[in-house]
Amino acid sequence: MQNSIKDHAALSEIFNEDEKRVNWHDETLWFVRQKRDKAVQDVTEWEQLREYGSQIKNHTLSSLDDYLIEFEKRATANGMAIHWAADAKEHNEIIAEIIRKNHIKQVVKSKSMLTEECNLNSYLASLGIQVIDTDLGEYIVQLRKEHPSHIVLPAIHLKKEDVSDTFHQYLNTEKGNNNPQYLAEAARQQLRRKFISSELAITGVNFAVAETGGFVVCTNEGNADMGVHAARIHVACMGIEKIIPKAAHLGIFLRLLARSATGQPITVYSSHFHKPRPGQQMHVVIVDNGRTRQLGRPDFRNSLKCIRCAACFNTCPVYRKSGGHSYHNAVAGPLGAILNPNINMRGNADLPFASTLCGSCSNVCPVKIDIHEQLWKWRQVLTDEGYVTFGKKWGMKALSLVVSSPSIYRISGKMGRWIMRHFPSLLANKTVNPWYKQRDMPDAPGQSFRTWYLKNKK
Amino acid sequence: MNSRKKILNAISRSKPELQQLPEIAIDAEYDYTVLAPQFLNILQTNGATAIWVEDIHTVKEDLQKDIANGKYTVNTIKALGKENEEVDISSNVVDLATVEIAYIWGTLGVAENGSIWLEESQMKNRLLPFICQYLVIVLDVKKIVANMHEAYKQISIEKGGYGVFLAGPSKTADIEQSLVIGAHGARSLKVYLLG
Repeated sequence: MQNSIKDHAALSEIFNEDEKRVNWHDETLWFVRQKRDKAVQDVTEWEQLREYGSQIKNHTLSSLDDYLIEFEKRATANGMAIHWAADAKEHNEIIAEIIRKNHIKQVVKSKSMLTEECNLNSYLASLGIQVIDTDLGEYIVQLRKEHPSHIVLPAIHLKKEDVSDTFHQYLNTEKGNNNPQYLAEAARQQLRRKFISSELAITGVNFAVAETGGFVVCTNEGNADMGVHAARIHVACMGIEKIIPKAAHLGIFLRLLARSATGQPITVYSSHFHKPRPGQQMHVVIVDNGRTRQLGRPDFRNSLKCIRCAACFNTCPVYRKSGGHSYHNAVAGPLGAILNPNINMRGNADLPFASTLCGSCSNVCPVKIDIHEQLWKWRQVLTDEGYVTFGKKWGMKALSLVVSSPSIYRISGKMGRWIMRHFPSLLANKTVNPWYKQRDMPDAPGQSFRTWYLKNKK
Repeated sequence: MNSRKKILNAISRSKPELQQLPEIAIDAEYDYTVLAPQFLNILQTNGATAIWVEDIHTVKEDLQKDIANGKYTVNTIKALGKENEEVDISSNVVDLATVEIAYIWGTLGVAENGSIWLEESQMKNRLLPFICQYLVIVLDVKKIVANMHEAYKQISIEKGGYGVFLAGPSKTADIEQSLVIGAHGARSLKVYLLG
C-alpha cells in the first residue's frame, strides 16, 4: 500500500514526535487489552476454546483445497457466483468487471483488510468509480486520505479534534465541536444517503463455511448489512484461509473473536449470508495473493490461522508506541510483521525486527499462532537472504562475539562504564547512540554485577 | 491455466500432512431460570433495554402506544395483531428508510453474550432490523440457550438464505474510543422476554 521508502524505525520516529499522543495511544490500546482480559476471564473454558480454534484451523489448512472446492459447490448451489483471483491485480479486475457489466457508478464498502491489501480503492478510483468506506473509522481515514492504522480500530491514531476538523471540512459540521456523539451522527446521516443510493456493496468475510456454502460478516455498526441489503449486488472478498469446515465451528470462532478484539462477548451483528434475496446478485472473490506461498513455508504457515482480532496489536509494546502506520502495510502489528515479508521480502525486511520478542502476542492469540517465534525465524531468513542492513548484520556479529566470550564481555563492560563516566556527551549523541532517542541514559554503575556478586556471594 | 486451478494446485503442493479435526465437547447449563437473568443482564451491558414480561399483553399495549404516537411502526409479529403487509422481501429501500420502529420475533437467545438469532422469515425484509431507527424484538424465555455451541445445534444457518445474531443497538467507538450508540443500524434495541 504506502510505497514508503522509510522503514519501521524511521516512521516510528515521526509518530514519536508528539509524546502526549503516543502516551494516549499506548494507554488506550492497553485499556483494550485489559477489556479483553476481563472478557476472557468470564469464560472458564477459554483455553479449551483456543485449543479447539487452533486445531480446527490446523485441520482446515491441511485440507484447504478440499474445503474450498466444497464451499464453491455449495455456494454455487445457493445461487452465489464464485470467482478465483491469483493475486491482487486479478482481484481488483474481477470486481471492476462486475461493476462495469452492471453500470455501477458508486460503491459502498464495509471493512475488508483484503481490499486494503489489494489497493482496491485506488484501482477503482483510477477507473472513475467512487468507493465509500462505511465503517466509521475507515470513513474518517478515507476522508483524510490516510490508511487504517489498526485492522479493528482503523482511526486509533487520531484524536477527536482531528475527526472534528475533518468532518468540518467535508461534512460541514460545526467548527470545534468535538463531541463524538455529534460527529458520529453527522456521519450516520451522510452515510445513510450513500447506503440508499449505492447499487453495489463490497464486504469482507470473517468466516466462510464449507459445509453450508455461506459466509459470516461481523460488525458493530451495522454498516455491512446496511450496504448489502440496500444494494442489488453484493461482492464479498475473502482470502483462501477464511474457510472453516462446519457451521458448528462458528460457535468456537465467534466466541473467540470479539472477546479477543475488543472485550465484547460478541459483535453486535454476526450476519450469515447464504442466498441472494430475489433479484440480488451475490459474488464471492476467493483470493490467493501469496497465501499459498506462505502455506508452503512450514515455519510460517501458522500465520494463515489468523482470524484478524488484533489482540496481538493491542498487547504489543512496540505497536502501541510506534503506531500502525509505521508498519507501512494494510496489516500492521506483530501479525503484519509475519505476513508481510512473505508478500514482499525486501520491502518488509524491517518488520520482524520491530519487536522485543517478549511473546505477549502469542499468549493472547485466540488460535495459538506462535507469532514471536515466527518473528525470530523471519529475522534469520532475512539475514540469510541478505536483506538486513550492514550495521545490523555486523552489530549482531559483534554482539555475538562479545557475549560468547566471558573475557571479552568483561573488558567491554569495563570500557562501557568508563565511556559513560568520561564521555556522557558521546552517548547523548543520537547518531552515535540511537538508544538515547526518547530516553535518558542512566548513571554508570560503580561496578559490574559480577564484581558485586563475587564480593557478596557469601 | 486458470486461477482456480492454479490456486488449488498450489494448495495441494504446499499443504501440510492431514491433521485431525477435534471432537468438540463443551458443557452447558439448560435451566432457563438461570439462563434468562444472565441473558437480560448481558443484553443491558450491550446497551439494550431488556424486560421479562409474563404474557404478550404488555407487548401488544406498547405496540399500540407506539402506533398511537404517530411513529411509523412496522409490526411483523402475528401474535401482536395486524401485521404491516407493505413490508416484504422486495420492499423498496427508500420506503424502508422511513420506518421508525420495527417489531420482530426472535428465534432464540444466547445467555453468554446476549445475542438473538433472527431469521429472514421473521424479519420479512433483510434490511428492516438495520434501517429502522428503533428495534424491538420479542422472544420466548424457553428459547434461551447457554452458549453459541447450543445455539448452532438448534438453528440451520442456511435456512432462508440470511440470518443474523444481533446483540444490541448499533454502536461505534471509532472516535477516540468513546462509545456512541446508534452508528449505522438501529439506535436502540428493546427486548421483551416472554414467559
